Amino acid sequence: MAALKNKDVFCGPLSLNNPVTVQVLGICSALAVTAQLVPALVMGLSVTIITALANVVISLLRKTVPNRIRIIVQLVVVASLVTIVSEVLKAFAYDVAMTLSVYIGLIITNCILMGRLEAFAMQNSPMQSLLDGIGNGLGYAKILVIVAFFRELLGSGKLLGYQVIPDCAYEAGYANNGLMLMPPMALIICACIIWYERAHNKDLQEK
Amino acid sequence: MSSLRDFIDSVKPNFEEGGKFSKLRSTFGAFETFLFTPNTVNKGGVHVRDAVDLKRTITCVILALIPALLFGIYNTGYQHFRMLGLLDTATFGDIVLEGIIAVFPILVVSYVVGLSIEFAVAQMRGHEVNEGFLATGMIIPMVMPADVPLWIVAVATAFAVIFGKEVFGGTGMNIWNPALVARAFLFFAYPTKMSGDSVWYSDFDASQAVDGFSGATALALNGQGDASIFNFQNEFIGFIPGSIGETSALCCLIGAVILLWTGVASWKTMFSVFIGGALMGYVFNATGLSPLCWCEQLVIGGFAFGAVFMATDPVTSCRTEKGKYIYGFLIGAMAIIIRVLNPGYPEGMMLAILLMNTFAPVIDYCFVQANINRRKNRVKNVK
Repeated sequence: MAALKNKDVFCGPLSLNNPVTVQVLGICSALAVTAQLVPALVMGLSVTIITALANVVISLLRKTVPNRIRIIVQLVVVASLVTIVSEVLKAFAYDVAMTLSVYIGLIITNCILMGRLEAFAMQNSPMQSLLDGIGNGLGYAKILVIVAFFRELLGSGKLLGYQVIPDCAYEAGYANNGLMLMPPMALIICACIIWYERAHNKDLQEK
Repeated sequence: MSSLRDFIDSVKPNFEEGGKFSKLRSTFGAFETFLFTPNTVNKGGVHVRDAVDLKRTITCVILALIPALLFGIYNTGYQHFRMLGLLDTATFGDIVLEGIIAVFPILVVSYVVGLSIEFAVAQMRGHEVNEGFLATGMIIPMVMPADVPLWIVAVATAFAVIFGKEVFGGTGMNIWNPALVARAFLFFAYPTKMSGDSVWYSDFDASQAVDGFSGATALALNGQGDASIFNFQNEFIGFIPGSIGETSALCCLIGAVILLWTGVASWKTMFSVFIGGALMGYVFNATGLSPLCWCEQLVIGGFAFGAVFMATDPVTSCRTEKGKYIYGFLIGAMAIIIRVLNPGYPEGMMLAILLMNTFAPVIDYCFVQANINRRKNRVKNVK
């Protein structure tokens, strides 16, 4: 395998090889936690940290782990990291941890994570694995934040919990869109992002 | 007529390949074929299966919708004055004027927004403009409450045309009925504007309403309503509160006759929707779950309107002839089940049709496969 450039490893997942919009992974949590911006940011950050660290650990172990039990080893590593993040969130950001509820725990089964460990960290050096983990985590966080931005703005009239749509608009007859707070709308916004990216990027279009 | 033809012929070169406005070719084509039947003919083999094209089919649907729309306009005015307690003094002219003032802007908004998107998409894709929206644009106002804010109509129409239709490839490719997508969008996005007691009256004002006035619809009351308004005769003719076009079962029946006579809608679908609804209505009434008799279930709310104009949409319903019976029956049955068993959704017709639209291809697939298997067996037996 030809040596990968660090820049491509890091930047690829942010645009052309985005885990959510191009590989269509991790959709379930993207639907569940994006009704507001704060949980989406925290979720994106948690996934970034866990992916990066798990990638490094697995990359360091890659030559010693027997092939037959590699999935178990990966799961143990991810599970420990997820537990740490979950405890930290409960200690320092209790409200957000409650909003995210099971979805922090479910990072263990996040397809993006397992995919990166299997596809990248098992074959590459720790340094590149770290970049790949951060890149994929940020690529995931980017989509979460875009979706959450529209859902919170149109669904609650707020951003990060602060009201941004003025009261006079409500008095003039404007109303929040209740559908935005339901999961189907997250799917539609995700689809719109994919639509936009494909329309502007020839490489992503199927022949 | 001939001067119009001459005018069109004189400006036509501008819109053809290489002309000044060649980008607007499909817009021009749409207007030309709207005014005159196209005179282009096939040079090779002939593939015409029917004498009418899509434009004339849609014209039939619009003709069938007109009685219900006119009655809807009158009823909107009628309900407005009933709310104010002024029915005795209001003349026919007052009532119609109030109805027109309330309904006409909704109709205009629906058409302007929908058609602009439709034309824009046709230009972008280089397609011809399709006329499917002419019917959809008329149905959308008819499934709205009279007091719905206009900007909400615009948002819902845009959503329905883009996500209900254009993303699937435009007219004829959609999975769900676009008018129902618009209504479902509103129902879930702005529930306070789509249900409740006040939205069914134009310019509702609680301070001016007569004492003890209750604005609830027959469905929300579930058979407990004031018998002077909610009797079978009123519900059949349509002098009850409800969405603009749906209250009159009589006008829907007139529409049904037009649609069946012209062959636009399938009698199999329409008939089995009523059978399914009547059967479920009878079961619920007999078991005491609903105080409404089966015949009342068929005339209140959007049941008749949905059965005649929405369930029979040839694009989103079943295509196999046997499938149409199953499809229609399940719509009727589901609509009554949702109405009676789920108090959160007093109107089940919309959800039932959308649900069965989703399953229509599966039903078709089963019948097609059954036919293939039957023929395969026949071949085996002959050998």
